[in-house]
Amino acid sequence: MRSDRGQSAPLGLKISAACGLLFLHLPILLIFVYAFTTEEKSFVWPPPGLTTQWFAVTWNRPDVWQALSLSVRVAAISTTIALVLGTLCAAAVSRTKFFGRETISLLVILPIALPGIITGIALRSAFALADIPFSFWTIVLGHATFCVVVVYNNAVARFRRTSGSMIEASMDLGADGFQTFRHVVLPNIATALLAGGMLAFALSFDEVIVTTFTAGQQQTVPIWMLEELIRPRQRPVTNVVAMVVVLVTLLPILLAYYLTRDGDQIAGSGK
Amino acid sequence: MTSAVSFQKVSRHFGSVRAVDAVDLDIAPGEFFAMLGPSGSGKTTCLRLIAGFEQPTAGSISIFGERAEGVPPYRRNVNTVFQDYALFPHFDVLDNVAYGLMVKGVGKAERHKAAEEALSLVRLPGYGARRPGQLSGGQRQRVALARALVNQPKVLLLDEPLGALDLKLRENMQEELQSLQKALGITFVFVTHDQGEALSMADRIAVFNDGRIMQIGTPEDIYQRPSTRFVADFVGSSNVLPPDFVQRYSGQRRWGSLRPESICVSNATDGDGVAARLVGTNFLGATTRLALDADGLRLHAMVPAGIPLPAEGEAVMLTFNRESLHLMDEPA
Repeated sequence: MRSDRGQSAPLGLKISAACGLLFLHLPILLIFVYAFTTEEKSFVWPPPGLTTQWFAVTWNRPDVWQALSLSVRVAAISTTIALVLGTLCAAAVSRTKFFGRETISLLVILPIALPGIITGIALRSAFALADIPFSFWTIVLGHATFCVVVVYNNAVARFRRTSGSMIEASMDLGADGFQTFRHVVLPNIATALLAGGMLAFALSFDEVIVTTFTAGQQQTVPIWMLEELIRPRQRPVTNVVAMVVVLVTLLPILLAYYLTRDGDQIAGSGK
Repeated sequence: MTSAVSFQKVSRHFGSVRAVDAVDLDIAPGEFFAMLGPSGSGKTTCLRLIAGFEQPTAGSISIFGERAEGVPPYRRNVNTVFQDYALFPHFDVLDNVAYGLMVKGVGKAERHKAAEEALSLVRLPGYGARRPGQLSGGQRQRVALARALVNQPKVLLLDEPLGALDLKLRENMQEELQSLQKALGITFVFVTHDQGEALSMADRIAVFNDGRIMQIGTPEDIYQRPSTRFVADFVGSSNVLPPDFVQRYSGQRRWGSLRPESICVSNATDGDGVAARLVGTNFLGATTRLALDADGLRLHAMVPAGIPLPAEGEAVMLTFNRESLHLMDEPA
């Protein structure tokens, strides 16, 4: 049913939409503001004074650098693994027909559908059973389970949209498997992989649940933040780190969004 | 002389489906060869066997005397024009055409020059900078053609080359493909389900049904002297006459084929002929197609437009020249 009061939305709807958006985004702004507060024991509103000293303090804290470096390394390597495995899996599922294909595509997506806590417990007991000590690689393994899904979903959608005869045409014109991949397959799926990879990176970067079960004593950025909140010591440092994390994860996602918007302008024009 | 393409008892089975079943085939160098048949008859699988996208389950294939089994598509001197053209959307037209030369390591200047020449050959000079997405269907097909021809293949394969074009373009392209083939002297093998296309373009036609070749011959052979009921019916919708009927006119108890245009329809009620009743007419432009019922036997006749026709339901007399009644090989 259409409203008789013209094209404009009713006032009530406008107000509730505005409230919803404020509710979502005000806390984020609040975090930014607290990064400049002079009060370090607890968060009080309004901030008693403003300062930029916490940026310098953060810069000089080795635990921040350790957590940040661990998170970046884990995210980078999980994303790399996901890019390789997710692309191969997507290619297999969308290009060929084989027994159990549907089952495989379901099993690949399952880690993201399952609650993270299940994945976490499962991995932890598996590591315990196999006597694998917690290390950098156990975190990577945990993160790769859901990063693969993100890349796979992006790649599979792109594969379905590209014509299958293009690969045959390339082979027909004399290109072997590697040349076909380099000149035809990769340029066509590159933006999808970039988008999937950036999303996977961002997911891995702020993952908490699976990480808690697979990290042992190591601290990634989110886990470090949780720890910081428990013992109040230079609290605004957490906020400074939060600001950095927002920038680090938001920029790639925006970039990925703009890159995949028009599929026509793809890199690799064979020049 | 060695054949351009030779199939010896070639089969390609997909599970229990015999897509191609013990096919023997010899295509001469420089021939314009058509593989004609309904969908699922195995003609496209045969084309893919020549291209190398499929490997035979049994039998052997040779291309210009060289065994082709196990040779991947990229090591065959055969190129394909795909039904959906399969142009690379991320390359411009020139790089699309030059692709085959690029993967062979030909330098940029040289391959672009060859690509320009190929584009002129298909009458698209100066289109090199465009993207495939900016071209019409007919232009895309020409680009696909140029992209295949630039590699100077020994055999050019065309999968339903005119299938996606409208009628006018289709007629133009038919002529163009023919003159291109004559000028280049390359063996062309094309797949089609359109008998008109096969009859008008090909030097020889293989008619496929159920994974087997029903008949191989010149267009005249196939049209005038079909060997089986299937060929008679599929190529030009001939009247297939049952053995009993044929026996009355030829003395031999065999299946017969009578072309619709060979039947004369008159208003006479007596005389030497087949008594029938007119049950329907289809105006086709240059001709009119009459549906006739001769004592339970459904027949079609094709008469030139403009001559007076009996009314529907009227009794008519059908006459035909005895020589135009073709006796088929198929056993009664």
